[in-house]
Amino acid sequence: MKNNSNFLSKIRMGLKPHLRTIVILVIAALLAALPILDFAQRAYWVRVIGYAGLYIILGLGLNVVVGFAGLLDLGYVAFYAIGAYTFGLLAGNHFDIHLSFWLIIPIAAMLASLAGILLGLPVLKMRGDYLAIVTLGFGEIIRLLATNLTGLTNGSQGLYSLDSPYLLGLELKTGTHFYYLIFILVLLVLFIVFRLDRSRIGRAWVAIREDEDVAQMMGVNTTRYKLLAFAIGALIGGLGGAIFAAWQGSIFPDNFNLFVSINVLCLIIIGGMGSIPGVIIGAFALIALPDILREFANYRLLLFGLLLIIMMIARPEGFIPSRRRQLELHAEKEAGMRKPSRRKGEKA
Amino acid sequence: MNILEARAVTKRFGGLLAVSKFDIIVQERSISSVIGPNGAGKTTFFNCVTGFYKPEEGDILFLEQTICGMSSDRITSRGISRTYQNIRLFANMTAMENILVGQHARLQTNLLDVLIHTPRFIKEEASSREEAKRLLNYVGLEGRGDTLARNLPYGDQRRLEIARALASKPRLILLDEPTAGMNPRETTETMALIRRLRDDLDITILLIEHDMRVVMGISDVISVMDFGQKIAEGAPKEIQQNPQVIEAYLGRGMAAGIDH
Repeated sequence: MKNNSNFLSKIRMGLKPHLRTIVILVIAALLAALPILDFAQRAYWVRVIGYAGLYIILGLGLNVVVGFAGLLDLGYVAFYAIGAYTFGLLAGNHFDIHLSFWLIIPIAAMLASLAGILLGLPVLKMRGDYLAIVTLGFGEIIRLLATNLTGLTNGSQGLYSLDSPYLLGLELKTGTHFYYLIFILVLLVLFIVFRLDRSRIGRAWVAIREDEDVAQMMGVNTTRYKLLAFAIGALIGGLGGAIFAAWQGSIFPDNFNLFVSINVLCLIIIGGMGSIPGVIIGAFALIALPDILREFANYRLLLFGLLLIIMMIARPEGFIPSRRRQLELHAEKEAGMRKPSRRKGEKA
Repeated sequence: MNILEARAVTKRFGGLLAVSKFDIIVQERSISSVIGPNGAGKTTFFNCVTGFYKPEEGDILFLEQTICGMSSDRITSRGISRTYQNIRLFANMTAMENILVGQHARLQTNLLDVLIHTPRFIKEEASSREEAKRLLNYVGLEGRGDTLARNLPYGDQRRLEIARALASKPRLILLDEPTAGMNPRETTETMALIRRLRDDLDITILLIEHDMRVVMGISDVISVMDFGQKIAEGAPKEIQQNPQVIEAYLGRGMAAGIDH
């Protein structure tokens, strides 16, 4: 008996340091199982959370630019639009081009990333407010081009009856299909941004955010790293746009208005600037919550706005503030594991 | 051997002549100081050497090659590093991360290495952290590596800035008022640290300093600036007795006081 309780407490103690991981895994498993669970209004919830997932992708992308590198970009929707229109034009009747979704995805990501670099080049010397205004203009230019280049984009009529993606002969068209597509993409993007964050590239970005001049003096080629942030942020935005177009099956210039940029920026700020888990919480709070508040009908947006204000006053650093990683103890652990040979006569 | 040579460096801001035809020769493995009243152009000269400003006239040579007009990051990878008069650490990064950023120019891993965690990446991350820990210990910040830079006490911040400057393995370090705001004990420790940089690590030191006890105590050569120009140069003893320097900067009491 005593042994048994000892055993249990041992398990409990053993689990304690992994509690966070366990909670995360349980939530991830629940989310993965959501479309096959049986509950009321399932289709509705699959759509709402799928949509939040799309915003997680966008949030993770913009977080590279704003959260890591500290470049305030108010025109992020431009890259979303470029991704979406790339899909719309290459998988529809407008030009009667019908490429495979899996081929368009990298094309859309690359085109968006190129646009990111093109935007980045002229604004390299700009900081803060000035950068925000220029990027704001860029977002609007792309939307106006989508509206007015009628030959290319079919203007405000939009592009519709776009092709569905196929996966091994299966036509992806239901909410559940796209839910899983987005789910996998979220995991992929998470993987990328986590690895970037924990590398010399991520550190260089944060250094630029903290003090650009000193970062350069420490050997960081700030031009190159700012462009890289724009390019990767845009690439992820383009990816999100292409998925959005495929899911909705139609796109209109109005899908790409300023509010998309504002929403994505808000979810980053609410989650905690620069924090990757923060983006996920922020996306759920900002995209899914308004739907939960549906009952309040006309007061919905009013309530939502109030919540934002209260949140920012009570917890300005966001739900999950970005925490710098503990490296010194880490280094010790890893050093113990791999025993790096200390070269003799080395400096210091 | 000359590690740094400035030839008639001139820097203007609008009508103001901040640095005017300034010459200096810094010998390798020396500790040299630039002193002078506030606004004499000392920090502006440092900013020219480190590529933050581009001088309008003159040339700056590092190891006999011009570095004039280069960007700061390239100058750093050539082997020059610096600290700042008003501490400029990356405040929201940990002490350890500050040093890791300092190593940036020496690290090799690219985007692909980072994404797929190549053996090269894993090896480099481990060795750079190991090296960063050694630097922390070297400046006496053992165990503070996971503290955010902004939460460190003032003296520790100054030391961390030196550790960060060392991380790029420089051959020349520019220290801008390294003992500013320190109490006498901290000042003595910092002087010892500066000497060790030269003696243990073979690093040449060029510093700006107002504390005459430090300047006279550790400098091999002192250059005196006033209104952007060099008004004197020499060993500490010569500078103390130079009437022009006493007039412009030291004052009679100070010059007399140091002698005793």
